[in-house]
Amino acid sequence: MSRIPLRPLARILDAREKGENPDEIERENLRHRHEEMRDKARLRSEGRLVVLAGLFFFAFLIVGGRMAMLSASEPQEPRAQAPGASIAAARADIVDRNGRILATNLVTHALYAQPLQMVDKAHAARELARIFPDLDEATLLDQFTGPRKFLWIKKKLSPEQKQAVHDIGDPGLMFGPREMRLYPNGRLAAHVMGGASFGREGVRAAEVIGTAGVERRFDAFLRDPANGGAPLQLSLDLTVQAATERVLAGGMRLMNAKGAAAVLMDVYTGEVISLVSLPDFDPNDRPHVPTQGDASDSPLFNRAVQGLYELGSTFKVFAAAQALELGLVSPNTMIDTRGPLRWGKFRIRDFHDYGARLSVTDVVVKSSNVGTARIAAEIGADRQRDFLGALGLLEPTALELVEAPGAHPLLPSNWSELSAMTISYGHGLSSSPLHLASAYASVLNGGTRVTPTLLRSQRTTLGPRVVSARTSETVRAMLRQVVVRGTASFGEVAGYNVGGKTGTADKPRPQGGGYYEDKVIATFASVFPANDPKYILVVTLDEPEETSGPEPRRTAGWTAVPVAAEIIRRTAPLLGLRPEIEPLAPTGVTLTSN
Amino acid sequence: MRSLVYIFAALIVMSLAYWAYLENYRTKASLGDVAGLQGEIGQMREELAVLRAEWAYLNRPDRLRELADLNYDRLGLLPLMPEQFGRVDQIAYPGPALAPITGAVDVIAVGEGRP
Repeated sequence: MSRIPLRPLARILDAREKGENPDEIERENLRHRHEEMRDKARLRSEGRLVVLAGLFFFAFLIVGGRMAMLSASEPQEPRAQAPGASIAAARADIVDRNGRILATNLVTHALYAQPLQMVDKAHAARELARIFPDLDEATLLDQFTGPRKFLWIKKKLSPEQKQAVHDIGDPGLMFGPREMRLYPNGRLAAHVMGGASFGREGVRAAEVIGTAGVERRFDAFLRDPANGGAPLQLSLDLTVQAATERVLAGGMRLMNAKGAAAVLMDVYTGEVISLVSLPDFDPNDRPHVPTQGDASDSPLFNRAVQGLYELGSTFKVFAAAQALELGLVSPNTMIDTRGPLRWGKFRIRDFHDYGARLSVTDVVVKSSNVGTARIAAEIGADRQRDFLGALGLLEPTALELVEAPGAHPLLPSNWSELSAMTISYGHGLSSSPLHLASAYASVLNGGTRVTPTLLRSQRTTLGPRVVSARTSETVRAMLRQVVVRGTASFGEVAGYNVGGKTGTADKPRPQGGGYYEDKVIATFASVFPANDPKYILVVTLDEPEETSGPEPRRTAGWTAVPVAAEIIRRTAPLLGLRPEIEPLAPTGVTLTSN
Repeated sequence: MRSLVYIFAALIVMSLAYWAYLENYRTKASLGDVAGLQGEIGQMREELAVLRAEWAYLNRPDRLRELADLNYDRLGLLPLMPEQFGRVDQIAYPGPALAPITGAVDVIAVGEGRP
């Protein structure tokens, strides 16, 4: 490309001759040159824009084409690639702490009818009524001949029933595949499992949704396909649960109780090893929620978690532990137990007269209401409320059951000095056996708060401290004394150093107006082994009556304690606890404090 | 020379086309196999779930207890009790091993010698 000189000599000379300014020529040439450069730059940038527009156009064309292809193509599983993260469509299993199945799925069929396609409606109705005794032939025939084009007949069929229906040979009777929730152990841990039912139903499939218990609480987890079929592992132990249920059922019958509950809990982790409430039900065939009568009499009612009872003298331990922790008393401090103790027009009296003075240990061992009330009066209402709150007795438990958040303990509206006294021996505050178990675990495990859980936990995280390790040890020794020489003498199990506290509380009349004379809630809250705590067991019997003697005995020492002892005898070996000879208390040197 | 190159190239193209054709069909056959296998895996998973459920059902504690009761004469099974825990020092040491047999007597030979 030739470059035009800015001052071409010929034109300059020419201009000079004509007397023009040669600079004009230079300026004109400069202008030409600039215009040329500008045109070139514009052309180049226009070209770039075109290229860019073309690129964008093709990019959008590709994206659009791909979208069109995706929307037009049939969905299909990737076949050529190896499967990545596995996806499981079925509801996840529930297993116990050792991986044994508590709930699983079974493929079955549902039966539906399309009356338009039926050949012999009368015959089909008759045969169906014969196969399923709960169906009525006339109603079926009515439905078949009515205006309906589609109707469900049975939601779950066994293979035999399916074959029998198949043998009717009517083309209008059809089967839809169904995934059914199965609890192979039947009634075992029924209240924990809860149950499941069908949600939205289609011909080809139906949603299985949890109705109660862990099935409902972990419904989202169990249904999440992204889990890849990983089971939900609970802290329950199938064997221990079965043994506890059997012993408790036998004990309930022997003691003529109308209901019973037991909670077996790991003292450090708060894992619930066994949770029993009787009477129970079969989660495979969950009964309907009662619409009338007392809901707490239904087998669906979980006495261990939902049942709020005044748990009686088992609460004395908390008063003693707090007084020890605050340094108000030592185990040997003598407490005035002369009764009745008057407070306004209210009187507190003991079951027996225990004399004028008892040591703090003996107040717990002999279960003196008057003595405990005096200790509570020294502690004061506010400090007592704070302490019980720290033990979790004033709020619903955090157990992973859908029923648990509804179990609000019943508290006095005005926590007066008198309330403090009655609560110290377990009247005036209603809580569930599970509350009691976790509070006992918190006090006795060395003094750190325990949160009850139904999930298998791999590691122990210690909760906030509620009492000192020393107080915890002292209280354990007191509880051991209750079994050795106190109200729970039937609780002795050779080799397991059981320690515990009985509680017998009169049942309040439902319409108010005082307490029943002859109906009690008998509770035994125990820890074993007392010298090296591993498990907490709380047994509660509703309206027990032991009739072997000349007059019926209802105290927990005669009813709940023997049942609990038998449960410990049966379950402790299953839990891998080896019976041990109780270490002797060191003689000569005694711990004292000022 | 040039026609030879053409023929050669045409042969290569034909053989490549044949190879691609074969591969295409083999791929399709493999995909079909995979689909079949996955169907089989799904079916076996289902069967496995049924077997697991059946295993759990047959091993339910109620049934085992009843079986233990029924067969008490033969098996003598009782619930595990604390007394059944033992200590290592309660187990007897095994008796001394038999001494090696030396100076054996041939009974038959001895018997034959006597009428």
